[in-house]
Amino acid sequence: MASLVGSRVERKEDKKFLTGKGRYTADINLANQTYAYFVRSPHARASISKVDVSKASNAPGVVKILTGDDLAEDKIGGLIAGWKIVSQDGTDMKVPAHPPLANNTVNYVGDHVAVVIAETLDQAREAADLVRVDYKVLKAVVKTSDALNSKPIHEGIDKNLCFDWGLGDKSKTDEAFSKAEKIIKIDLVNNRLIPNAMEPRASIGDYNPSSENLTLYTTNQNPHLTRLVLSAFCAIQPEHKFRVVAPDVGGGFGSKIYPYAEDAVIAWTAKKIERPVKWVAERTESFLSDCHGRDHITHAELAVKNDGKIVGLKVETIANLGGYASLFATVTPTYLYGPLVLGLYDIPVAFCNVKAVYTNTTPVDAYRGAGRPEATYMIERLVEKAAKEMGIDRAEFRSKNFISKFPHQQCLVHNIDSGDYSAHLNKALELSDYKNFENRRTESKSKGKLRGIGFSTYLEACGIAPSAVVMSIGAGVGLWESAEIRFNATGNISVFTGTHSHGQGHDTTFAQIVSDKLGVPIENIDLVHGDTDKGPFGMGTYGSRSLAVGGTAITKACDKIIDKGKKVAAHMLEAKPDEIDFKAGEFIVKNSNKKKTIGEIAFACYLPGQYGEIKSPLPEGVEPGLKETAFYDPVNFSFPAGTHICEVEVDQDTGETKVVAYTAVDDFGTVINPMIVEGQVHGGVVQGIGQALYENARYDESGQLITASYMDYTMPRANNLPELRIDYTSTPATSNPLGVKGCGEAGAIAAPPAVMNAVIDAIDIDISMPATSEKVCNALQKNKKNNKEAA
Amino acid sequence: MKSFNFHSIKSVKEAQKLASGKSVYLAGGMTTIPAMKHGLASYSDIIDIKNIKDLSGIKVSSKSIRIGAITKHAEVASSKEVRKSISSLALLADGIGDAQVRNRGTIGGSIANNDPTADYPSACLALNATIHTSNRKIHANKFFKDMFETALKKGELIETVEFQIPTKSSYEKFPSPASLYAMVGVYVAKYKSEVIVAVTGAQSVVYRCKEIENALNSNFSASAIDGVKIKSSGLNSDIHASSDYRAHLIKVLAKKAVTGCK
Repeated sequence: MASLVGSRVERKEDKKFLTGKGRYTADINLANQTYAYFVRSPHARASISKVDVSKASNAPGVVKILTGDDLAEDKIGGLIAGWKIVSQDGTDMKVPAHPPLANNTVNYVGDHVAVVIAETLDQAREAADLVRVDYKVLKAVVKTSDALNSKPIHEGIDKNLCFDWGLGDKSKTDEAFSKAEKIIKIDLVNNRLIPNAMEPRASIGDYNPSSENLTLYTTNQNPHLTRLVLSAFCAIQPEHKFRVVAPDVGGGFGSKIYPYAEDAVIAWTAKKIERPVKWVAERTESFLSDCHGRDHITHAELAVKNDGKIVGLKVETIANLGGYASLFATVTPTYLYGPLVLGLYDIPVAFCNVKAVYTNTTPVDAYRGAGRPEATYMIERLVEKAAKEMGIDRAEFRSKNFISKFPHQQCLVHNIDSGDYSAHLNKALELSDYKNFENRRTESKSKGKLRGIGFSTYLEACGIAPSAVVMSIGAGVGLWESAEIRFNATGNISVFTGTHSHGQGHDTTFAQIVSDKLGVPIENIDLVHGDTDKGPFGMGTYGSRSLAVGGTAITKACDKIIDKGKKVAAHMLEAKPDEIDFKAGEFIVKNSNKKKTIGEIAFACYLPGQYGEIKSPLPEGVEPGLKETAFYDPVNFSFPAGTHICEVEVDQDTGETKVVAYTAVDDFGTVINPMIVEGQVHGGVVQGIGQALYENARYDESGQLITASYMDYTMPRANNLPELRIDYTSTPATSNPLGVKGCGEAGAIAAPPAVMNAVIDAIDIDISMPATSEKVCNALQKNKKNNKEAA
Repeated sequence: MKSFNFHSIKSVKEAQKLASGKSVYLAGGMTTIPAMKHGLASYSDIIDIKNIKDLSGIKVSSKSIRIGAITKHAEVASSKEVRKSISSLALLADGIGDAQVRNRGTIGGSIANNDPTADYPSACLALNATIHTSNRKIHANKFFKDMFETALKKGELIETVEFQIPTKSSYEKFPSPASLYAMVGVYVAKYKSEVIVAVTGAQSVVYRCKEIENALNSNFSASAIDGVKIKSSGLNSDIHASSDYRAHLIKVLAKKAVTGCK
């Protein structure tokens, strides 16, 4: 059997997805089901004196209406921030209470006030209109830049400051700057994004009063952790009587990592009324209540020698957390951001300061890349600016500062095991035909278009994460992963993983690994995920961790299967276990033709004894069955890197910017399925282009989200994109046996600075994301005016 | 969505008979249905006019094109007659919304709805259209009153829209990036006696831009527009485009339209 690792195996899951047979949470309907509709705050900030449900309770079909008071009475706990960040002064971060239904204040438009349960969805929605909430509207803090200077929105949290965190050696950095020959400065805004997964969030709670078991079906990337939080912190149901199922999930991008208020409320309500309760978000609810991403304001400075060698970096960032601290909200702008500000450059000293603030906006949490896109945007914009100001070619400036020896201990946190940054840079230069760019610029000019080119050479830290490391810096959980390989008697395999696939193609990629490892045809391997009742506890999918951590756990479980198989085969073939070789699905006695297939061994494991012709003995002391579990805790992060080069054309009359060429050369280590990886790069790059040119979550002064529909929030469309030129280089990771590094977030990390550097190169003036037509047009007019004045 | 009575009818007479203060005519439903789903509108009776055969089809004479009210955008876009007589009108229809909208949405629906960012109203103004209704004929100049407001009386039904064939014409649209509706759309039509320039997307209702018309009447060339001053006061301003940017786009698109006129 030919090796499947490295080949473009068609996705096993596509048949169901492409023929409309996916089974999503909203597709599930249970007998005696009720429908939930949430009463949400129309105000960004208000205190609530009374929630009057009397009229609504009498509306047709209403089963139950529950409020924050009911929640408190049942002692249901609040949502948590799962990662403790300590400020520079040694104090712990400050986190406000976050009850799933508002207690007496609301802190963003869309915040949850009450839930109406009725026999039909229409009845629930109509009754929700009759719930009277007495709000006293309070002055909202909306802008990231205003938070530190505004009165606290949460009692006892001065300056709305969650933490003031520092990373690096400040005094050494200051010293490097005092000696620097040149200092390059930049001010940046990383625009707020709305995740927009294709499938809106949904939850169904189902309580069985007989067994006292509670099941929650939910759109989630991380069902075990969701169960843990809802059990241990919200106290809705003990873990052993609680099943969380995340069936097919239509995209997450981070926004479905964590349990939401709706999950807690639906689970609790179903138990309370002893009937299934179904809630499916309307698209407007997704805009308002799915955690948003990014939203940073940053000032950064780069200290450089005249020859272009970087000697130091200073970064100051204000990160907006929104109205509450969501589950991974505090780690995203700190440990997922700070260490990455160095990029893939050999920078001897650096200091990064992050102040995280509360505002009356939707909570911000991890979104594709989570912290790493923000870091990459900063360093790649800064480096491009430095190269330009110093008159050094952008490729040369970068390559001069690349880390070139591995392993490399960075001055902040990471120890990078492997990489070859010149390799992907050179390949990208060639693929993008960089040397002829100026000809293309001239050609565009003749058509009245301004052409620009922009680079992004990025590094990310994936394979999240070594438990000992992350727990020492505040993580409330370890970030290992689990796997179970369960051979059935007939020789096919169920593989259980604690990761979750919601578009990544795990069913195929993981099956390729198992098929190669155990020599079983891929069609006989089934991946099982997303159900806490089935597989062992796992930590879910995010941070490009599934393959590096989850895939390694699967590999280890396969190794255990082979070990046991050798014992059984040895006994059956009258040899010693160490005389058995395992290859391509066969256990072979060394230097002989005596062998057993892995199918025969599996069969033997399940039918020990003799039955007619069949003789399947197990060696003494070996348990029947062929099923192995492995937990893998990574020894290090993995470090994908790459070079992306973008070319844009700007219409001088309208300011409209089009990406006309895009090259991505990534080093993801070993690539298991190049087709799936290409898909991940495509999706990521498009999201990155979206952030750079189109997407922007905007609030008005009172805190109303004014981009709460597709009429106003601009998503990238297929016709906004050129054909993407994609290639790879490979330096296998040394931290896992597969040599894989992770590919899910790279595009979204690399693309925004590549696009913006290209736009700025084209129009020769600094503008912020998104580079909308109007913004670019105004910049061009300003340039024209300045040039006139100068002349 | 609130419950309602649904009537599928076969004649204009039947339609008018059923019409009441709480009813609505349904053609493609591209606006009515989303508005109902979002709870922004509710009706006691929906009168589906899609099966009234008389309201469909395209008829061309030497001077004009008559398009039935329930003719779909895709039909106008692909009509050989329209392409031959007023190619800009076919191109306009081809650029409305997306493929799904073009295969459901109708010309009558678009005009009756009079969305300030819709494309067809600009064609009506620029192409000297006459709107033939169940009761009377209304010239386009008197049809579009204000945002989502027309000269139609309750129960009055558009039957056909008649466009006068110009010497040459062109429509240029700058779509809003999110919705793809016209942020600004400029329709330029040259007749023997006059030039008409209709602008959509820029004000609360489609209008004729007299400043540009005057310039083009004396010199029909893109450069004639250079000297025109477009005031931004009175123009729409929203998160996608300020009134200044819209004023700028009106000139840019008008020039492009003049250059592209055929």
